[in-house]
Amino acid sequence: MDEKKLKPNEKIDIESILKDLDKYRPKRRGWTWRTPAPGLKMGPFEYRDATLPTENGVPLPSAKYFGGIDPQPEPIITTEIASGRFEDDIRRMRMAAWHGADHLMVIRTAGQSHMDGLLEGTPQGVGGVPITRKQVRAQRKALDLIEEEVGRPINYHSYVSGVAGPEVAVMFAEEGVNGAHQDPQYNVLYRNINMIRSFVDACESKEIMAWADIAQIDGAHNANATAREAWKVTPELIVQHAINSLFSTKAGIKKSNICLSTVPPTAPPAPCVFIDLPYAVALREFLKDYRMRAQMNTKYMEASSRENTVTHVLNMLISKLTSADIQSTITPDEGRNVPWHIYNIEACDTAKQTLIGLDGLMDMVQLKDDGPLREKSREIRERACLFMEEILETGGYFKAVEEGFFVDSGYYPERNGDGIVRKADGGVAAGMVFERDEDYFAPVTAHYGFNNVAQYDPSAIDNPAKLIDGCTFERPEKIVYIDELDQEDNVNVRLEETADYRKSNLLKPEMEWAADGTVMVTLFLPAEKRAAEAAALELAAKMNLQDAVVINLETLQEAEGVRIELKGRLPFDVNIDELEIPPEPELLSDEEIREDIEDHPMKIVCATVGEDEHSVGLREIIDIKHGGIERFGIEVHYLGTSVPVEKLVDAAIEMNAEAILASTIISHDDIHYKNMKRIHELAVEKGVRDDLMIVAGGTQVIPQLAVEQGIDAGFGRGSHGIDVATFLVKRRKEKRAAK
Amino acid sequence: MKRQDDFAERRKDIMGLTDDELYKRFWDLTEKVVEPLLELGKKNTSPSIERSVLLRMGIPSTDTKPIVEGCIDRGLLGKGAGHVVYKLAKSKDISMKEAGELLANGSCWDEAAGLFDSNAASKGGDDNG
Repeated sequence: MDEKKLKPNEKIDIESILKDLDKYRPKRRGWTWRTPAPGLKMGPFEYRDATLPTENGVPLPSAKYFGGIDPQPEPIITTEIASGRFEDDIRRMRMAAWHGADHLMVIRTAGQSHMDGLLEGTPQGVGGVPITRKQVRAQRKALDLIEEEVGRPINYHSYVSGVAGPEVAVMFAEEGVNGAHQDPQYNVLYRNINMIRSFVDACESKEIMAWADIAQIDGAHNANATAREAWKVTPELIVQHAINSLFSTKAGIKKSNICLSTVPPTAPPAPCVFIDLPYAVALREFLKDYRMRAQMNTKYMEASSRENTVTHVLNMLISKLTSADIQSTITPDEGRNVPWHIYNIEACDTAKQTLIGLDGLMDMVQLKDDGPLREKSREIRERACLFMEEILETGGYFKAVEEGFFVDSGYYPERNGDGIVRKADGGVAAGMVFERDEDYFAPVTAHYGFNNVAQYDPSAIDNPAKLIDGCTFERPEKIVYIDELDQEDNVNVRLEETADYRKSNLLKPEMEWAADGTVMVTLFLPAEKRAAEAAALELAAKMNLQDAVVINLETLQEAEGVRIELKGRLPFDVNIDELEIPPEPELLSDEEIREDIEDHPMKIVCATVGEDEHSVGLREIIDIKHGGIERFGIEVHYLGTSVPVEKLVDAAIEMNAEAILASTIISHDDIHYKNMKRIHELAVEKGVRDDLMIVAGGTQVIPQLAVEQGIDAGFGRGSHGIDVATFLVKRRKEKRAAK
Repeated sequence: MKRQDDFAERRKDIMGLTDDELYKRFWDLTEKVVEPLLELGKKNTSPSIERSVLLRMGIPSTDTKPIVEGCIDRGLLGKGAGHVVYKLAKSKDISMKEAGELLANGSCWDEAAGLFDSNAASKGGDDNG
C-alpha cells in the first residue's frame, strides 16, 4: 500500500483507484468522531472547543495573519457530494477533506429508492449517483488514501432506504460505509413505500447497521422542507425523531450512533433565532440521549449564495448555543443548480470559519432559565407529548398516518387538513410482507427477529452463520463483487471520453465533471430586469458561451439595474505547454539578506501615497513584529499615510535613501498606477532616478503593470517582507556589478 | 381533518407536570407507539430481507432476485430464502453459492420444495431440475 500513498502535489489517479477493485477490502468499519483537544494552542491562540488538527489541509484565507494555522472545530463536518459521476466526485471529496470535511455523504440518483434490489456497475446518475458496490468500494478506497493524507478519519455515508433497504445495509456493512440515513417514516411519507413493508425492512436494516457500527441519521428534517410553514411542524418533528430513535435503539443500534437530522426551521427575514432556538432547546431536552446532526435550512433557499450563506451561519449559531455533534453543510448554490465543486468547498469553509470563530462562546454566554426561551420550549414539548398521545388514541402509528397526522401545516393540535395521507394496504410494494413459518431460518449474522436456528443446531442460536462456516460478515472473501453489467453506461466509457483532459496538459474550466467547460459570469447591468436578462444572454453569446442560462438575478434598484450571475460552457481549451508561465521568484535566504545588509547597510523611506489611509499591508512588509524587512537590519523610515508623492521623493533625497517603498491600496481610476508613474517621473526630474530603487505594492497591484509605469518592481496580493527584501538586495547587487 | 388550535384545553392534563414528569410521559407514550412496529418485524420477512440474507450467504446480487421470486411463487418465503438454499446445498452436498446458482437458473425447485414439510406447496410447472 505504501507506494500508493497520495502526494499532495499530484492529482489522485482514478484509474489506479479502479484497478484491482475486486480484491480491495476497506481499512476499517464503523463511525469515528473527532478527538477533542481542550486548551489546544495554535499560533497566538488557545482554543476551548477545538479538536485534534489535521496533518494536511487548506486553512482559511485569513490564516496567513496568524501563521497559517488551521484549527478544527468540535463537530464532524459533513458535505454532500453527488454530481452523477462518482469518479469526478472523488476529486471533490479530496478537496473537501483538505478544507475540513470528515463526513462525505453521497446522494443517490433520482428514483433509486423505488428500485427493488441492488444496482451493480457504474451507470451515470441524475442529481446523485447510482449507489452500487463498485462505486461504494471505489470511493471508500479513495477515502482510505485521502484520510491518510489529511491525517484524520473520514466517514463515508449514503442511504439505507427505499424498497431495497436491508440489501443496501448488507452491502454497506461489507464495504466499510460508516454512516447512513435510515428512517422508515421517510419511506412512508416521502417515497410512498408501503408502511408495513417499510417498518419490517427497517428492523433488519437497523440490526445490520448496528453490527457494522454505522452511525444513523434520521429523516425528520424533510418535514421542514415539505410543510408550508416549516416552523409549525416542530411538535411533529420531535415526535418523528422520537419514534425512529427509540425504534432504532430497540433494534440494537447504540444511542451514540443515533443522530437526529435537525434543521432550524426558519430563515430571515423571519426572526429566525427567536423561533428556532426554543425548538432546538426543546428537541435536545427530550432527546438528550441521542446525537445531533445539525442540518442547514433549505426550505427558504433562493438563488443568492450570499443570502444562503448568512442563513447557514445563523443556523450554526443555533448549533453553538445548543449542541451539534455533526454539522452538516448545504452548498450555497443548491437553490440554482446541482452543487458545484467550489460551493462544496465554500460551505465547508463557512462551517469551519463560523464554528472556530464561535470557539469558547458558551464559557461566556448562558441560555436563560426563564422568559420566552423556557416558555416556548416547554410549549413545544407539551404539544409533542399531546401529539404522541393522540397517535395512540387513534390506534397507533399506521392509523395515524392513514388519518393524515403527519406534515400537516397546522401547529399541533391545530390541524389544517393538508397532511400526507398513506394507506396501510397501499403504496409501493404493498402486500410484499410474508409471515415467518415456525421453521423459518436464516443462517446469517445480524438478522432481526424470529430465526429457528435450534432445528439444526441449538448451540448456534447466538451465531447462526456458524451453520454455513461464517457469512460474508465473518468471511469477507465470500462477498461476490460484480464489475459492470452495462457495456455502454459505465465509468470506463466516461473516463475514455475525458482522457485527453486528464492525461495531457489540455485545460478546461470545470464546475462538476472533468472538462465540462462550465463557467459563471457575474455582471451588473444598468437596466430593468427583463431587459437585463435578455441582454445578459446576448452578451454571453458574444463571449462564446454555449447553453448560457441566468442562474441568479437580484434587483439593486428597479430602474438603475440588476446583478446577474449566468453560467455557460466554454467550447475551447488551453494547452498548459504553450503558456508562458513566469518562473517562481527565487528568494534569498534570511542569512544571505542579513549578510548583504551588514556589509552594505541600506536605508529606505516608505509611505502610503496619495489619499490613502490603508497602512496594514505596508506595516506587514516593514515591521519586525510581522516578520517584515526591518528584521534583516534594513533602516526603514516610515513617513505615514496619505503622503504626497513629492514629499516621498524629497524625503528619499534628504535622507540619502537607497529605495522608496510606496504602498497603494486604492485603485479607483488606476490612481495607484498613476502615482507610481509620478514617483518615477519626479525622481527623473530631480536627477536621482539612477541612484534610487522605486518599489510599490498593494492588493490591486499587478507586478508587470507596475514595472510598465517606470518603477523597479511591483508587489501584489500575498507578498511578504522577504519578497521585497530579496528584490532590493538582488537589484542593488546588479547595480554594484554594473558600476 | 381540520381543527382549531385547542392546545389550552388539551394541555390541562399535562400542564402541572414537572419537566422530568413530562419527559417520562413522552417516552412512555413513544414506547407504546414503537413496540407493535418492532413486533411486526420479528414475525415477518420481506423480499428485500431475504435477498439480504442470500447476499450474506455469499450469493451474487444478480442471483438473489430470481431465488426470492421463486420462493414467493412456490409459497416458500415464510421458510426463509436462505433456508431453501441451505437445505438444497446440504442435500446435494454442494456450496451455498452453487445451490443458489441452480435455483437462480430455475433448476431444482421441486427438489428444494420437497425438502420441506408438506405445507409448502410446489407450484413449479416449468421446473428444469
